[in-house]
Amino acid sequence: MSDHEFKSETLAIHAGQIPDPATGARALPIYQTTSFVFDSADHAASLFNLQTFGNVYSRLSNPTVCALEERVAALEGGRAAVASASGMAAEAMALMTILQSGDHVVCAGALYGGTVTMLSVNLAKYGVQTTFVDATNPDSFAAALRPATRAIFAETLGNPSLTVLDIRAVADIAHAHGIPLIVDNTVPSPFLCNPIEHGADIVVHSATKYLGGHGTTLGGVMVEAGGFPWGNGKFPEMTSPSPGYHGVIFHETFGDFGFSMRARMETLRVYGAALPAMSAWQILQGVETLPLRMERHCTNALAVAQFLRSHPRVSWVNYPGLEDHPQHALMRRQMRGASGLLAFGVKGGVAAGVRFIEAAQFMSHLANIGDTRTLIIHPASTTHRQLDEAQQISAGVLPDMIRISVGLEHIDDILWDIDQALSDQALSTEHSR
Amino acid sequence: MQEDIATLRRILKNARTIAVVGLSADWNRPSNFAAKYMQHHRYKVIPVNPRYAEVLGERCFAALEEIPVPVDIVDVFRRSEDVLPIARSAIAIGAKCLWQQLGVTNHEADRLARDAGLDSVMNRCVKIEHGRLFGGLHWAGVNTKVISARRLS
Repeated sequence: MSDHEFKSETLAIHAGQIPDPATGARALPIYQTTSFVFDSADHAASLFNLQTFGNVYSRLSNPTVCALEERVAALEGGRAAVASASGMAAEAMALMTILQSGDHVVCAGALYGGTVTMLSVNLAKYGVQTTFVDATNPDSFAAALRPATRAIFAETLGNPSLTVLDIRAVADIAHAHGIPLIVDNTVPSPFLCNPIEHGADIVVHSATKYLGGHGTTLGGVMVEAGGFPWGNGKFPEMTSPSPGYHGVIFHETFGDFGFSMRARMETLRVYGAALPAMSAWQILQGVETLPLRMERHCTNALAVAQFLRSHPRVSWVNYPGLEDHPQHALMRRQMRGASGLLAFGVKGGVAAGVRFIEAAQFMSHLANIGDTRTLIIHPASTTHRQLDEAQQISAGVLPDMIRISVGLEHIDDILWDIDQALSDQALSTEHSR
Repeated sequence: MQEDIATLRRILKNARTIAVVGLSADWNRPSNFAAKYMQHHRYKVIPVNPRYAEVLGERCFAALEEIPVPVDIVDVFRRSEDVLPIARSAIAIGAKCLWQQLGVTNHEADRLARDAGLDSVMNRCVKIEHGRLFGGLHWAGVNTKVISARRLS
C-alpha cells in the first residue's frame, strides 16, 4: 500500500496545516509570540541540543511560519524548507550555508540585479568568487567550473531576460562535479515549474511575488530537495561536528533534511533574517489560490504577447509562451506555462519607452513582479539607468525594452490600457494625468 | 519494506518498547539522539550494545536474546551487512517490527522479517518518522506529507 499523491491544487490549500491541536481552529492561527515555554529543564536541554523537535524562539521556528515552509516544500516536491524575511534573504541563506572563503560559484549571467550584486560585491568581500556565464548554453556552466566551485546558481526563468534554464542539463553538470544546483524559481512559482523534478538540489523563492501574489508582504523560502550527497568530501561543514552547534553532525543526524537544519540552526539563527509570523500568514492567504492565479497570469500574458506582436508600435516581443520563441520547446518540457512576465520593445527607443510608461492608466509603474495588478517598468530609465547604453545591452536591457508583469485584470482592459499607451497621441505628446 | 503513512503510524502508535541495537552512549551520536527523543515521547528504550552497562538511564544488554521483557520494535543502528543476524534474533524473541535506521538497508533481513509476519521498515529514522507523523517534525519545515482535516491526537 502506498500513500495517495496529492496534486498541487490540494497541497496549496492543505499542506503544512492540519487543524490547530490546541483549539481545533480550521484556519491557520497567527502565533504572534517571540518565545515558547519549556516543559522542564530536561526538555529545554533536549531542544537546545536538537534531540527533540519543538519551538524555542521565533527567529529559529514559529508554528505559523512553518506552515508556509511545509506548504512550499510540498508544492516543490522537496524534503524541507526554511522561510526567510525576503527572497534575497533566502538566497543569502542558501549560499552562505554552502560556501566558505575561497569557494567559487558559477552563476547564470542575466539574473535579477540584486543576486548579481550579492555574489559579485557582497560575497566577494568574504572571499567567494563568482563567474557569470550565458544561461542559455549549459556548456558555458561546465566550462566555468573550477576545483573550488561549490555551487551553480541560476534562475529557472530569468528576470527580466526571460531566459529558460535547461535545468536537467545544468543539474547533470553540477552533479558530475559533486556540487549542488541552486535555482531561483520565483518567476514560474512552484505551480508552473518544479525544478527538483528536473534535478535541482535547492530551490529559492521570493515569496513576495506570485506565492503571496497580493503585493503586500515581503518573504522568502529556501527548499531542499533531499537527495544531494553532502558526504562526498566537498562539504566538510555538513559532515563534521559543528562548532556552532555543540558538535552535531548535521548530515548524519538529520539525513536528507540536514542541509535545511543547518541553514536554520547555523545561518538563520545567527544572521537573523527570520520571517515574521504575520507575514507568513499573509503569504499563505495567497498561496491557497496560487494554481488559479497562475493559470490566469499565463493566459493573460500569452494574450498580451500575441497582441503586442501584431502591434505596429512594437518592434519585438520576448515571451517564452510564444510558439516561435527559441526556448519555447524547453519551456514546455519543464513548465506548465510561461508565467506572467514578458518584455517588449517600443519603436522609438528610450523616449518612446518612457512615454509609454507615463501614458498607462491603471498599469502600475513600479519595481516588483507577480502582483494581481499589471505592473510595468522601463529598465533603461529606472533599474539600469546608472549604466551607459553599451553596458545596458550587455546586461540584456535594451533601450526600448518594457517589462510587463501581466496581472489578473480583465484581458480586454489590459489590452486597452496597453493600446492607448502606445497610441500616436500618447507617444507623441508630453502626457499629464 | 513498509512505508505508507497508515502503517508507520500504526507501528509507532501500538509500540511501547523499543530495543535499540547499536545505541551509543555519546550524546551527540544519531542513535543517542533518536533514543533520547523516543524516551521523551514515553517509549521504553532498551539499549542493546555489548560495550555498555547502561545508556540513557536504562540497563544495556549485550544481545536481544538477553532482554527479559517483550520487545515491540527492534531498531537497528548497525551497518547494513550486519543486520541479518539481528533480524533472526528479532524474530526469535517475538518482536513485532524490524526497523532498519536511516542509511541501513538490508533487503534480505527485510524479507526475512516480513516472511515471519513482522512489520519491516527500512532506511528510515524512528525519530524522524515519529516527528513527521505525530507533529514535531512539522516545526522543522519538513514536508511531512500529512494532509488531514483532523487535529493530531
